[in-house]
Amino acid sequence: MDLIVDALSVKLGKRIVLHDASAHLRPGRVTAILGPNGAGKSTLVKAAAALVGRAGGCVRLDAQDVATMDPRVRARAIGYLPQDATVHWNIVARDVVALGRLPHLGAHAAPSPEDRAAVDRAMHDTETTHLADRPVGELSGGERARVLLARVFAGEPRWLLADEPLASLDPAHQIDLLARLRTYAAGGAGVAIVLHDLVQAQRAADDALLIAEGRVVAFGPVAEVMTADTLARVFGVRVAPLDDVSGLGEGGGTRRLLVPVGRIDAA
Amino acid sequence: MTRPLKLAALLLLVIVLFGLSLGCGKVWVPPGAWFSSDPRWWIILELRLPRAVLGLALGATLGLSGAVLQGYLRNPLADPAVVGVSSVAALGAVAAIIFGIGSGFAIFVAAMLGAGGAVAMLAALTWRSPSAITFILAGTVLASLAGALTAFLISIAPNPYAVAEVIDWIMGALTDRGWDDLALALPPMLVGAVLLLLTGRALDALSLGEAAARSLGIRMGRVRWQVVLGTGLVVGAGVAVTGVIGFVGLVVPHLLRPIFGHRPSDVLLPSALGGAALVLAADSLVRLAPGVGEVRLGVAMALIGAPFFLGVLIRERGRAWI
Repeated sequence: MDLIVDALSVKLGKRIVLHDASAHLRPGRVTAILGPNGAGKSTLVKAAAALVGRAGGCVRLDAQDVATMDPRVRARAIGYLPQDATVHWNIVARDVVALGRLPHLGAHAAPSPEDRAAVDRAMHDTETTHLADRPVGELSGGERARVLLARVFAGEPRWLLADEPLASLDPAHQIDLLARLRTYAAGGAGVAIVLHDLVQAQRAADDALLIAEGRVVAFGPVAEVMTADTLARVFGVRVAPLDDVSGLGEGGGTRRLLVPVGRIDAA
Repeated sequence: MTRPLKLAALLLLVIVLFGLSLGCGKVWVPPGAWFSSDPRWWIILELRLPRAVLGLALGATLGLSGAVLQGYLRNPLADPAVVGVSSVAALGAVAAIIFGIGSGFAIFVAAMLGAGGAVAMLAALTWRSPSAITFILAGTVLASLAGALTAFLISIAPNPYAVAEVIDWIMGALTDRGWDDLALALPPMLVGAVLLLLTGRALDALSLGEAAARSLGIRMGRVRWQVVLGTGLVVGAGVAVTGVIGFVGLVVPHLLRPIFGHRPSDVLLPSALGGAALVLAADSLVRLAPGVGEVRLGVAMALIGAPFFLGVLIRERGRAWI
């Protein structure tokens, strides 16, 4: 099931935040959505989850327009992890994860064994099983981020959209969380994540979608899109190559990462 | 203790307090006299029973609406008074009294119109921006506007008797309410309570924030209508027959969260039972005050509720609310 952004324009208030954006996102791959602050990344993800209205164009799941889908059907197809990691009440972790099953529950039916199994699986995959009975207010930032990720996993969406999931995580947890998203994509689902960290994006993503000032600048496989020239143009930063010789890169050999090391002064 | 057991315990408490409310007052009627030819039986049937049923319904709906509003606004300080519905309903009733159409039915209709107006204004003011902050701000503004208009109406009252009647009514009480008051108030309270009880799942989803709730398939527009209409119905009906009785909706969910858990849907039914228990207990207590009169229930509630409100503020100081 492909996620197709087709000539999408979004207005927030009077400002045009996205302008004629198009991209064809494929499942089984991790797509990183990158761009400077205010470029329209979050808006793109929200529009894909039908959370903001649009001024033109559309977002489709295969042939189906997400904006006209039944909300519950859409919720089963698209899982959305917001940037805001707040849980407003001190609910126990397992109940938070179980919220992910809401789109699957009948109108007033109790959770089925299938629902419980999905919650268990999601908590196992995110290593949060031991936190099940802890109130979320008592969890550390990293633990809470995992619980909230488990919430999205529990819904077993075919597309997972995450808005800056790495914010407030230390490097080890960032790497773990991206690894979990990669595993989820490897299971056949589509994953699109808004990222700020260019290095992590190169490490974890298959495709990159670069946005600047509401327009798609480049879209394609990471190696083709994230070049020194493009990064300089989009972000205004100088990059230096770093060879990751750990052998964990795709193809098993060395992997070259571009690391931002300084600003390019405007000419 | 499992949840059904806790609920059963709470229900038992409500039943005991209901019985107590029938028995106690200026004349103590022991249970032995309830079902005999004892003349005090008429006190029970005509005065105490409607009063107790009304206390039960009022407390239950106030507790429930408080729990729903707190869940919906994700703000532990929300209750029907905070969002202005009580004040505007009271304004309607006061207008009916001042302009001399103060029959029971006219006051009821005026208060319901007030509640409906408050609800419509809340919906209109928050239409474009469904965020919790707008809702609370709009409610606060409504409440102070209604308070000012009420004071204005009192100041232009044609005679001191009307003023006395208004002040007496605003303080809120269950005294001398009969079966006809109940017949007016119960239907809207029931409909409103059902609407409010239907919001449980949406409130759970809302604890992850509005965007996440919508991404989980929750229709926010529908939820808002359920909350706003349900609150309008139960609070309008409550204010119409009893005057303003505050703090129940604020206090009860807080007391019950440590017992029933913080998940919003887990607090709804317990809050209804807890609200009923609180109002029945308080209404029994106010009747036991020495002398001929009794402490007004609304006043008693404020005396219990205000320090509690402050306590919550102090304990949760420094926490981000929204």
